[in-house]
Amino acid sequence: METQHLDIELRLDRPDDFYEALVDMHRGLDEAQSRLVNAKLILLLSNQVGDLAVLREAMAVAREDVLGPDSETELPPQP
Amino acid sequence: MVQARENPVYPYRRSPDQDGEQPAHHPVIVVGAGPIGLSAAIDLALHDVDNVLLDEDDTVSIGSRAICFAKRTLEIFDRLGCGQRMVDKGVTWNLGRVFFRENEVYRFDLLPEAGHQRPAFINLQQYFVEEYLVDRARALEGTEVRWKNRVTAVEPGESAVHLTVETPDGPYAMTCDYLIVADGARSPVRHMLGFKSEGQVFQDRFLIADVVMKADFPPERWFWFDPPFHEGQSTLLHRQSENVWRIDFQLGWDADPEEEKRPERVIPRIRAMLGEDAEFELEWVSVYTFQCRRMESFRPLPRVFFAGDAAHQVSPFGARGANSGIQDTDNLVWKLAAVLGGRAPESLLASYDAERIPAADENILNSTRSTDFISPKGEVSRSFRDATLMLAERYPFARRLVNSGRLSVPSVLSGSPLNTPDRDPFGGRMVPGAPCADAPVRLAGGPDWLLNHLGGEFTGVYFLGAEPGMPKADGEALDALERGGIPIRWVFVGQGGDEGGQVLVDAEGLAHERYDARAGTFYLIRPDQHVAARWRGVERDAVVEALTRATGGVAVASTPRRAGDGNATSRHRAASRPAG
Repeated sequence: METQHLDIELRLDRPDDFYEALVDMHRGLDEAQSRLVNAKLILLLSNQVGDLAVLREAMAVAREDVLGPDSETELPPQP
Repeated sequence: MVQARENPVYPYRRSPDQDGEQPAHHPVIVVGAGPIGLSAAIDLALHDVDNVLLDEDDTVSIGSRAICFAKRTLEIFDRLGCGQRMVDKGVTWNLGRVFFRENEVYRFDLLPEAGHQRPAFINLQQYFVEEYLVDRARALEGTEVRWKNRVTAVEPGESAVHLTVETPDGPYAMTCDYLIVADGARSPVRHMLGFKSEGQVFQDRFLIADVVMKADFPPERWFWFDPPFHEGQSTLLHRQSENVWRIDFQLGWDADPEEEKRPERVIPRIRAMLGEDAEFELEWVSVYTFQCRRMESFRPLPRVFFAGDAAHQVSPFGARGANSGIQDTDNLVWKLAAVLGGRAPESLLASYDAERIPAADENILNSTRSTDFISPKGEVSRSFRDATLMLAERYPFARRLVNSGRLSVPSVLSGSPLNTPDRDPFGGRMVPGAPCADAPVRLAGGPDWLLNHLGGEFTGVYFLGAEPGMPKADGEALDALERGGIPIRWVFVGQGGDEGGQVLVDAEGLAHERYDARAGTFYLIRPDQHVAARWRGVERDAVVEALTRATGGVAVASTPRRAGDGNATSRHRAASRPAG
């Protein structure tokens, strides 16, 4: 999808180090613990980003393709 | 179970209406003597609108039910003449504390600033609130509560609504110009008329236990997520009047409501929470589920209005049920009075939906969000919830995400067609549509509150600033409005010391601050204490235009009426203007 607010170009300064750290963050955790750690990480990073327009777009991109190629990728309308 | 008090019984009395050859006619009939119906009946009587309030029972609420009455509700009760009795009897609180497992994660102060007459909340059992409202209604002429009067049929006609009412003496008929339906979430009248209230049912069950005990918890709202004494669920504790405590246990969807109500099940839960040696007695136990829903229109027929739970329903987290219902009648009654009194066109009544539906949606949104946090659906939602609570203990940003109920605040009617948009630059929160903020003032040398002088009818508040008197042009505009018989009661707020008996002295400067006022600032306030319009000076035509708009008319400057025409009520307080 086209994004207006979310930067989809590479911004990570050390991409391979980041990816390794992300996987390592879950070492020794069971599924429930991993889910909790992921949730905390998302909350921390969302607060760092701050801008809801960026976050909503990231959520829509994250959902894209997950439900199959023909499915609706937009988030439900916001109140 | 113990009964901490005995409910009053209001005997059925035969009404002369039951012996008439023709059905008796009343300007307004209200159905349902709960907090909402009673408030409506009192407010109508204060506006000189004769009304009858019908209730199928002969007493007040069984069990405490609604307990948290918000600042705005207390201010409305003040206007209705029974706020002080509620506050005296209730438990005042401003602070909420949230716990996760063993630890406190954060606390919030719902009234962080001083200079308000009323606290953020009182806790008072619904049976006391209803009793005091009944007493107030009985002290007024113009309203009559008829107990053991059950509405069995409603026929909305073009010129009147026809009711059939069942009593211990058999049925009788009545008609009214307008019907206010406040008969609760199950609303028999709504069903009779074939209207629906639609929305979302939440798959969770909660146990309410009201216990009588002597305990020294402070008067605060305590909310636990996943506490050691009730693992995996939430618990809420509130102190009520007369040593009654409300404990609300989340049970989950699979709980058996009948089983969970048995004292053998309830008492161990409370012992786990309070300790094995705690001494308490159960007063009332109830298991409930809840829905967030509303009717499509709260005025589905031209002469029929729905208010409170009959019109819209929310979860209890946030205390947005009874509090929003009382805002409904606060909004509706002055409009009905103005239309019935010939002071406003019938089009004013359309603004009830325009103003109260967005308010209901705001309450439903907040209530739904709280419920999603308290009862997460699925494992991922629960992970986010627990992650938020874990972070909140140590990291301030996450505290604002914790949602144990966003507690009731009055809606700002910002999109209302009755508002006159600002023409002059203003800051602060008192935008057109906002409920008026309170402020401490002095009157004739004694302490008083600004809100005591607003509402009941249209009020013009003129801020004098530090200098006594007012500019000549403003004085002439006020004279022209007064000569024109424009039905506005005048209130003057000064900053100086002694301004004579009629001026409210803003000694602490908080009224000027909260209204972003300086010398010459002028607010037009609605009878329900919401801002209709504001300016940096008085212009006769602009005021007339705003008043016309706020009463549902076409907003064009009208020709002056003769003095005495359309004066709002007999209870106008005369206000004289300071010499300037």
